[in-house]
Amino acid sequence: MAHYDFQMPITEQQARQLRVNDTVSLNGTLYGIRDATQIHMFDHGRKTRFDMRGHAVIHTAPNVKWVGETEAAPSGYDSICIGTTTSARMERFTRPLMEQYGVRIIIGKGGLFAASQKAFANLGGVYLAVVGGAAALETTWIEQIEEVDLDDLNPESLWKFRVKNFGPLLVSMDAHGGNLYTDVNTAARDKRAEVLAALGVKS
Amino acid sequence: MKVDLKQIEEASKEIYIRALKLLPPDIKEGFKRLDAAETHPTGKAILGTMIKNITVAEANTNLLCQDTGIPIYSVVIGSGVEVDGYALKQAIIKGCARATQEHPLRSSVVHPTTRKNDHTSCGRFVPVINIDFSDQANELSIEMIPKGSGSEFNSWLKMALPADGVDAIKTFVIDCVLEAGGKTCPPTIVGVGVGGTADLCVHLSKVAATRALGSACADPEGAALEKELSAVVNKLGVGPQGLGGDSTSFAVHVETAATHITLNPVAVNMQCHSARRSRATFTAGGVAYGF
Repeated sequence: MAHYDFQMPITEQQARQLRVNDTVSLNGTLYGIRDATQIHMFDHGRKTRFDMRGHAVIHTAPNVKWVGETEAAPSGYDSICIGTTTSARMERFTRPLMEQYGVRIIIGKGGLFAASQKAFANLGGVYLAVVGGAAALETTWIEQIEEVDLDDLNPESLWKFRVKNFGPLLVSMDAHGGNLYTDVNTAARDKRAEVLAALGVKS
Repeated sequence: MKVDLKQIEEASKEIYIRALKLLPPDIKEGFKRLDAAETHPTGKAILGTMIKNITVAEANTNLLCQDTGIPIYSVVIGSGVEVDGYALKQAIIKGCARATQEHPLRSSVVHPTTRKNDHTSCGRFVPVINIDFSDQANELSIEMIPKGSGSEFNSWLKMALPADGVDAIKTFVIDCVLEAGGKTCPPTIVGVGVGGTADLCVHLSKVAATRALGSACADPEGAALEKELSAVVNKLGVGPQGLGGDSTSFAVHVETAATHITLNPVAVNMQCHSARRSRATFTAGGVAYGF
């Protein structure tokens, strides 16, 4: 178990060196992305002007306040509360995000599934777990909303955040088949019979 | 007692924002209890982050979670309270929209097919407004629940057979906890509805999921069942965020209703660890805020 401080973007090699149970903190750019953002990008053919090669995306739709474009708020938005949503709904977008946009890291909560695991192995990527529902804390790791694209989808716009010591985040799916969610789930299912017996359920 | 509708509107705004920022004391106690018992290092670290987040939200008067949820207002009108029911609902809707626009909050509410967001947290039949009556003289209370989607996404109903008995209920609850894994943002409150019609059963599961920790089902049969399920659910080892540990759930809560001779319905709805709720109580003395 090692800790890594990444200045974004990272290389394929940096993504591949990560193993489950390692921890990572990010500095620099982080992109915020959500269901509608990806439905529009990959199902409706819309493109973003952002260069996401080697970058991380976080599954989010933040609470923001429109303050007008200033030096302190170049996107026109101040952050109020930025957290994380359940990743499971966005499983089918992992591969296109990596293949078409060169994304290396997906950050979310609850984990992704087999197709994402395969994309991480084939293309060199990882899934980092952030603690869901800890958004007040997560907001303090975000310095600024630098830019926003596809903002007609607000709050599911494509957000470009500047972050400092964003983490520690737990490597919970790696490029080598490591997956903490399936490990925990398998162990939990192995306990099912014991738990049902304790409840007096007749098998 | 006459209720001032302007006060209802203000309170409906206030309790949405309060619910998003202040975690009820019973949930904070629940965190302490789980943290003291947690043996898994990852689970322990995650609980520590969640507890720190509660402190940061209070210190910065910020939202605990980014998910502003689907707003649910449950009104209980006591005897002797005079209020125009239609105007009451309009005042609640207005208060909900004002909270969203004036704070501002992320409106998490869209039309189900067009996905259009009016940025008011309101839409057709939303906020959800439940209205009930009590024998509590000259008192009107409104409970507000911002129900997050991570926990709502994982909701289940099974119309089990009478021949399968209570075993079918217990098995279903355990299988739902396994199916939910980390997706419902554990540690959760597992809400179980037992009996009724299909829609009543699902409603009861929501009532159970959003009940205060330490409270018990008023039906002794339901209370016994929730005690039994609560005692074993954390043996599954799903843990905080589904990453392993003893803290899968704060508790399992059960609510029951009479059902048909042919039916054995069971529904599960979960509340995430950000188990937010707030309350405004109106009496002759004015409005008081709590949980």
